[in-house]
Amino acid sequence: MTTPPFIQFKDLKKKFGDLEVLKGVNLSITKGQVTVVIGKSGTGKSVLLKHIVGLIHQDFGQLLIQGEPLDRLSKEKARQFKKKTSYMFQDNALFDFLTVYENIALPLVETSKISDAALQQKVHARMKQLGIEGIDNKYPSELSGGMRKRVALARALVTDPEVILFDEPTTGLDPVRKKNVHTMIKEYQKKFGFTAVIVSHDIPQIFDLAQHIALLDEGIILFEGSGQELLHSDIPEIQAFIQGKESMAHG
Amino acid sequence: MITCYIEAIGSIFTKFIASVGRLFLFFASGVGQVFTLSFQTNKILDHIWFIGAKSIFIILLTGLFTGMVLGLQGYYTLITFGSEAALGTAVSLTLIRELGPVLTAIMITARAGSAMAAEIGVMRMSEQIDALVTMQIDPVRFVFTPRILAAVLSFPLLTALFDMVGIFGGYLSGSLLLGINEAVYMDRVIHSVKIADIWGGFFKSIVFAFVVTTICCYRGYYSHVNRQGEFGAKGVSLATTNAVVQSCVTILICDYVITSFLV
Repeated sequence: MTTPPFIQFKDLKKKFGDLEVLKGVNLSITKGQVTVVIGKSGTGKSVLLKHIVGLIHQDFGQLLIQGEPLDRLSKEKARQFKKKTSYMFQDNALFDFLTVYENIALPLVETSKISDAALQQKVHARMKQLGIEGIDNKYPSELSGGMRKRVALARALVTDPEVILFDEPTTGLDPVRKKNVHTMIKEYQKKFGFTAVIVSHDIPQIFDLAQHIALLDEGIILFEGSGQELLHSDIPEIQAFIQGKESMAHG
Repeated sequence: MITCYIEAIGSIFTKFIASVGRLFLFFASGVGQVFTLSFQTNKILDHIWFIGAKSIFIILLTGLFTGMVLGLQGYYTLITFGSEAALGTAVSLTLIRELGPVLTAIMITARAGSAMAAEIGVMRMSEQIDALVTMQIDPVRFVFTPRILAAVLSFPLLTALFDMVGIFGGYLSGSLLLGINEAVYMDRVIHSVKIADIWGGFFKSIVFAFVVTTICCYRGYYSHVNRQGEFGAKGVSLATTNAVVQSCVTILICDYVITSFLV
């Protein structure tokens, strides 16, 4: 008997008003792997990701967690899954009224009974790993875009999650910082072994990081495979996308 | 043509019912969590500082001038009946029973309620509320529950302050300016006000605390749902305006209803 995929989208559909964003997505995410979802802007990549954390609910189809539909999991099982999942937002979603330290510590303060000393140690360890020491008392608005990204990443990592969902983690960063973020995700994924799902536009740089790539186009998964398979694909729509050409198949 | 009108009316009505339902669920969820989860002492103190302590100056100012106007108007009305000695009674009962709780609540709505709606609205628009959900933190407990506790403690205290300063304002204009005997003024205040009047005023202020905090937090929290075509910064400003207007109107309606039961 084969083990079911860790996370699986089965014919998932989602409409906003009259606009059908996801038109039957089928995608499997393997445990402990880095899966990258690419595609044109506005094709529903973030919408797909938000289904996993329950921010959006599908109109049709199923989202399976280890073979069980997420919406039919027991309350405790669903809570456990969500507790082990972190989400890094495209615009960081840092709390602008909290300091950097308070932002990173918030998930632990609010959901666990951790002692002050252990909390400080954990938060500072993450800050050190991400090169953002010494800014504990600064507010997000006082930081550069790159620093904010790293604070958001530190907040996503502080709970030692088993699944991290990255919604365009390198948007707005210069090429050097982009590479740093990619390296950082790669290193941490190796070190902690979490399952990562990354929505990205960084082609081909993201291929170094990705173990599995899915191309979302016009509400469906047009391609699934490795970076090399994607680059050498003879599907004209995929080549057009990689080369940044305007016309894609269904467009 | 007629079906179009009926459809439009039906749509407005169902939206209204849905909105009221959401408001009550929001209220029940926020208040329910006061008793179920660990006490958020620091956050409650922060909000008491913001809603209560930082409103003291504006309450002193409005209370003083309201009392002074009441003293002036009351004096010239009562003197026509030769009963200007009853000014203490008129000023104190008007303030303690009606104006104190109502004006305090309206002033707090303008100062703190608008800020609550705007702050939570910005949190919603910048996905900070979604971030709470992804962290398994109940957003209603995080943004609403501490504020409602802080408001329930702050409103009656600020109302008491408003009443005291207002009575002093009546004394300034009635006794010092217009010459009513100071002892008579104070004697009328002390002997006219019954403990039931004070409890009635406090009861009103507690009801207003629930009304203002619930409406203002709700408007900010659902600024993405009730945006009426306005997005982003405009959506937040619309939520803030709606919060203030609806809070003020609801305060006056509740005041009438409560008074009709108390008299």
